[in-house]
This record gives sequence, C-alpha cells and structure tokens, in this order.
Amino acid sequence: MAFSTRAREHYQAELGNLRSAGLFKEERYIHSVQDAEIEVEYPKGAAPKRVINLCANNYLGLSSHPAVVEAARAGLDHRGYGMSSVRFICGTQDVHRQLEQKLTGFLGTEDTLLFPSCMDANGGVFEACFNEQDILIADRLVHASIVDGMRLCKAMQDTYKHSDMGHLEEKLEEHKDKRQRIVITDGVFSMDGDVAKLDEIVALAEKYDALVFVDESHSSGFIGKTGRGTHELRGVYGKIDLITTTLGKALGGASGGCVSGRRELVEMCRQRARPYLFSNTVAPVIVMGALEVLDLISKTTERRDKLEWNTIYWRKLLTEAGFDIKVGESPIVPVMLYNAKLAQDVSRDLFAEGIYAVGFFFPVVPKGQARIRTQLSAAHEKHHLDKGIAAFRKVGAKYGILGKKKKDIEAMFGL
Amino acid sequence: MDDVTKAVLDYVKREYVEEGDDREVDADTRLISGGIVDSFSMVSLKRFLEKKYQIKIPDEDASPAAFDTVKSIVALVARFRGA
Repeated sequence: MAFSTRAREHYQAELGNLRSAGLFKEERYIHSVQDAEIEVEYPKGAAPKRVINLCANNYLGLSSHPAVVEAARAGLDHRGYGMSSVRFICGTQDVHRQLEQKLTGFLGTEDTLLFPSCMDANGGVFEACFNEQDILIADRLVHASIVDGMRLCKAMQDTYKHSDMGHLEEKLEEHKDKRQRIVITDGVFSMDGDVAKLDEIVALAEKYDALVFVDESHSSGFIGKTGRGTHELRGVYGKIDLITTTLGKALGGASGGCVSGRRELVEMCRQRARPYLFSNTVAPVIVMGALEVLDLISKTTERRDKLEWNTIYWRKLLTEAGFDIKVGESPIVPVMLYNAKLAQDVSRDLFAEGIYAVGFFFPVVPKGQARIRTQLSAAHEKHHLDKGIAAFRKVGAKYGILGKKKKDIEAMFGL
Repeated sequence: MDDVTKAVLDYVKREYVEEGDDREVDADTRLISGGIVDSFSMVSLKRFLEKKYQIKIPDEDASPAAFDTVKSIVALVARFRGA
C-alpha cells in the first residue's frame, strides 16, 4: 500500500494546521434549488433551515428559472447527456457553435470559444496567445484563476496597484520595448465589488499600443444599460481584445466559461489552449440552458433593472444602518468588519436570524480586511432585503459596530 | 542608512504601499508575511533589483522569506553583488 501510515499522518498534520489557522473550509448542504430563499443544513446533521440567500452569484435569478430549466430539459431530450469526447475529436455539437456565436453577439466581439469553466478559460488563454517576448501587466486584485493562468504562461509578468491608472501608465512606459503589452483586469472585482476604469484602461492601451484583457465573470448579464458588461458601462463596448466570462454566475449559474475577442486570438485558443484541448466542453444540457438565458436577457432588461434597484436599495439600507460598506455600483456589497473572527461571528449570528451571508478573511482578502460579502439578486424581493437589514441591524448592535469605521472596529476587536 | 537600503526602501514604498495606507514601512517591516507585498506582485521587485544592481537572482533564491524585509533583500543583493 503506497499510502503509508507516515503519508496519512503527514496529511492529517497539514489539515490540522489549516484548522488551527482558521483556514479550514467546510461545505454547507443546500436541500433546495438555488434561489432567493434556500434550505440549508447547518451545522452538519441539523434539520434544513429556510434562509434568505445573500451570497450567491445568482445575480439575475436565472439559476432555477422555469424557462431555463425547460430549455435544459429539451437539450437533454434532443442532444443527450454527455459528449464522451473533447471538442476537436467528436465533442462539438451544432448547439455549442450556436452558443459561441450568440455570446459573440452579446459581448460585442469577433469570436468566442467555450471552455469547461472560466477558471479553465483563464488558465488556458495566456499560454495560448503570448510568449516570452510579451509582458502581462495585471491589476493586483485580479481573480486567482488569472494569476494561475499567468503563471502557466512564458510571458514576462508585472502588476499595478489596484485601479491606479498612474501606476499602470508607468508600467506601460517601462515595458514599451516588449513585443506586446497586455493589460489584464477584472471587470467587476469579486471581493470589493468595484468596477474597473475600463475607459481609462482602453485609452492608455491605445496610447501605448497594448491589448486589453477583461474577466467579466461578475459583470456579464447585468452591468451596463443592457447588461453586456463593464465595457458597455464604461463606453468601450467593441474595444476589448480579450474577454473571459462564465456561465456559472448570472448567465444561468450552471458551469462553463469562454474566451471571446479578436478572431485570431480566439483561434489561437482553439489551437493551443490546453483546458480546451484536453477536456470535454460544456454538456449539451447546459448549452441549451445558456442559449435560453441569452434569449431571455436580450429580449428585456427587466431582470438587470430589478437587480440595479435592489442594489441601490440594499446599499442605502446598510449605509443608513451605520455599516461600513465598500462604496460602489455593483451588486457585490462588502460589509467591512476588518477582524477575521468578528466576520465569522457575525456570519454565524446572521444565519441564526435567517440570513445566509458568508465571512471572508485572509488569505482570500488581505490581512485586516475581513468582511461579510453580500450579493444581490434579481430574485430578491423588497421584503427579503427588509428582513435582511433587520437581522444585520440586530447583529451589528450586538457587537456595537453600527456607526463605527475601521479605526473604531480595530480598537474594539484588533486586526 | 546605506544607499542600497534607502533605494530598496524607496522602491518598496513607491511600488507597494497603496494610497491611504498609513502603515509605516522600515527596513524591518514584514513585507510578505505582513501582507504588504504578495507573491504575485513580488516579480517587479526582483526585476528592479536585477536591473539596478546588474545581478541575476535565481528563482530558487527569490523566496518569500528572502524578500520578507528590506533588510533581508539588502542581504540578498549583497550576496549576489559579491558573487
């Protein structure tokens, strides 16, 4: 037996270290469909409890929408369950290409390639398109999957301070001798909920002959007047060279992602991106569901408009209650608590009040920046948010943090 | 404070300390374990040192521990300048 007692003890000690450092993650089992209200078994073994969900990426509330479920069911009937092949052998159906074309139209690009996930899209795109003659210049708060993708690529790497356009320009100037400069950013940053200054980034990219890459996972479907994404909001729709995004959040929430952008770059991914080449793509059921999602949100902006209303209302409620929130315009609304234990305690107490909102702390966010990340959905009704704020007020009062800012909370709880 | 320490400290402050961050950074401040510099952003510091001091720091020597304080970075530079 290769897995010796010594090996087992080694891993048990590693897991023990994670536990004692407070970094051990546990899943909570949901006994219902994904929605504004869900039934959660927590702690393990407890009877499922109905709570308001304030931490899903179900921005448009389409994860369990009847039309999407029905389309997925039709996909199962007409295109089957699985493909049992990677794309370029015998794993591509007509509907895969239809979805790619529809995403191209939606995102305002030249072509699109599906990936099993956006994590895979980010993991594959850089290595496929760039090499040691190029420089990748990333915002320091980009998603972990971008960091991993950059590390797999032979191109040189650099970073700029979060959303600091002066610093980005310094880097573009410093690297103007490289063959290609690629500016890399999230559209909406997943932990802070702030929106990239894409208009300024595109202007700098034009000045310094650079390409622009944006991960739109937390924007596609709802940011911008018709929900096309950050590029629509910032007035640079059609000017982004590479976009990656996910089908696992607003766009139905199942799984899958894509690289979308300049025709030649997408083709490089088709030829060289390893997660595309060596893995099955999105299952037909999901493809058909995603096609329906794009139809639904192209016909009307009703859902993203409702999400926008919910976002403004929730931000107002939290601010009036005296919580320290990250200012912004996205439906990611972080309630800043700074202290990791406080974030966990508040999350636990909120759950007792019927509100599911998770605490985030180092290493997911920087040290001393612990928070509860709340996320809005078009599935939320006003009464959900009113109940939510009542619970937040009660728990906030218990810890004496209402009306308090960073320095006060630090003084009370430490960092 | 010697010239190398001053140059490295200046670079670290300019490159990594965010606007509004009022933490004091000196030669003994923990940069990586203290959360000021992350391993993703460390690469520009390595490039700065190599260019300014005309040295080559092998990846295995550019560890988070070696880059954790300005003092340890200065020691690393001295080691490779002398090599």
